[in-house]
Amino acid sequence: MNPFALEPLGDSALLIRLGDGIDIATNRSALALAATLRAAVLPGIRDIVPAYASVCVHYDIAVFASAAGPGSPHLLAAERVREIAARFLQANSAGTDAAAEGDTPVLEIPVRYGGEFGPDLGDVAKQAGIDEQAVIERHANGNYRVAMLGFMPGFPYLLGLDESLQTPRRASPRTRVPAGSVAIGGAQTGIYPRELPGGWQLIGRTPLVLFDPTREQPALLQPGQRVRFRAIDAGGEFAALTQ
Amino acid sequence: MSIRVLSPGWLTSVQDSGRIGHAAIGVGRAGAMDDVALRLANALVGNAENAAALEITLRGPRLRFDSDALIALTGAVIDARCATQEIPLWRPVCVPAGAELDLGGMRRGARSYLAVAGGIDVASALGSRSTDINAALGPFSGRGLVAGDDLEIGKTVDGKLSPSSTALGGRSSGDRAGHDGIAAANWSLDPQPWFDARGDLPVALARGTHFECLSASSRRALFASEFRVGNESNRVGYRLESAKLKLEAPMELISEGVVPGTMQLPPNGIPIVLMAEAPTTGGYPRIGMVATVDLPRLAQRRPGDHVRFVETSLAEAQTRYLQRERALAALIQTITERLKR
Repeated sequence: MNPFALEPLGDSALLIRLGDGIDIATNRSALALAATLRAAVLPGIRDIVPAYASVCVHYDIAVFASAAGPGSPHLLAAERVREIAARFLQANSAGTDAAAEGDTPVLEIPVRYGGEFGPDLGDVAKQAGIDEQAVIERHANGNYRVAMLGFMPGFPYLLGLDESLQTPRRASPRTRVPAGSVAIGGAQTGIYPRELPGGWQLIGRTPLVLFDPTREQPALLQPGQRVRFRAIDAGGEFAALTQ
Repeated sequence: MSIRVLSPGWLTSVQDSGRIGHAAIGVGRAGAMDDVALRLANALVGNAENAAALEITLRGPRLRFDSDALIALTGAVIDARCATQEIPLWRPVCVPAGAELDLGGMRRGARSYLAVAGGIDVASALGSRSTDINAALGPFSGRGLVAGDDLEIGKTVDGKLSPSSTALGGRSSGDRAGHDGIAAANWSLDPQPWFDARGDLPVALARGTHFECLSASSRRALFASEFRVGNESNRVGYRLESAKLKLEAPMELISEGVVPGTMQLPPNGIPIVLMAEAPTTGGYPRIGMVATVDLPRLAQRRPGDHVRFVETSLAEAQTRYLQRERALAALIQTITERLKR
């Protein structure tokens, strides 16, 4: 069985940590564990938040206090969550779900690379020692997975960036990064759901709306979603998709 | 039935008890910074305790009511008047159609709550009417109110505009019901258990996951120092300034879940306690965790105010939270019965 650590995150949340690095296998386990916890529908659980290598479980102190009687709400919440995590990791220790990868659909994200849409494309090319067209090809040819959402509603942190494209954050962050900007920050790549300040390198922009609270599924990308990028031209296609 | 915002004050926003269950897509809780004051304001006007009300920060707005309304103000000690009449805090007050409520400065505290019978009826987003200013989500596209905004008032539970005059104390005139048509109840809540009037009570802090990674002197300083609430503090987080805290060695962490109350230490050595608009994940070392029961106390400190932390355990923090919830539930029950009379 895979080891895991369970620790309190204050008096109303728990953190289950499966690792301390960013890798696809650990992230897949974290996402699957989050789904298992969600499916368990434990009374008093308020939220379940998967991240790169962990799952955060928010709970209602009062609900666990009534269930615990004279016992401690924290200990009861920890016990319930530990049972589910242990059972899940035992069942998945053989890596049985690795084959399922090919079955999940891939979402294609159209991106207009470079120019005013990606003002840092040149810097990323320089850093990688290749030309801008090669950066576009390498970025658009990658297979990505949404590791987690965070920072802002609908902001996806993607795994799968070609190592040669890793570029440190900008020395001075921008005060305004346009919505839809596709960006590189170190080994990570992500997309800004709306105009925000930010320090990542901007290589392109998508006309897709990443977050809209009025949609049935507000976030375009969910944790675990597979993603590919497709280069589009500045004129017709970007404008048409913006409609 | 609506309220027109004539001037918004420093920052006034629509808040309820927050947005639960969407953190996996990066949507945080938001909601009232002083959740206890929100719940009591709602109780005083006969609303459900999580109804939407106005959270008023540092300096109050001017509001005009287009119909009779039952209101209550809780939280910070704010100057409140209608024409020449002073509006008392922590009690139900009827204001007549056309009344202009003028909310001014705060003598103590940072946040007042104005509840209106029926609640503020704005569209909910992802199950909540709270304004997440940092995420630009919720009422008015996630912004604070501006002059000219109109706030619809919802229907009260029993369809009546307000409790009878007997509920307000058995009289419809007297020194509190002046010629302006304002009628205040002759009873009120004692704010003492719910509001730290002197602003000097300590805030309970449990050791965080990375507390042991602090240098020995910083570990001592965390519980011995007096911190100053930084000027940039807001609904996302409180920056607490003192001698800078240091880690034994720099740490590189990957992002994982954080919650309101998490105390992070960024590389600049100035700890930040995440508040109502906490992001859902973060990557700084977590050196402490403010007890949930004390978040309202911290939320009432203003920039420039001082904060001391006292060490607590998880068990103690939860016990105090449960005691408060029991006391609050009992009080809300009493208020509800009083309003029915």
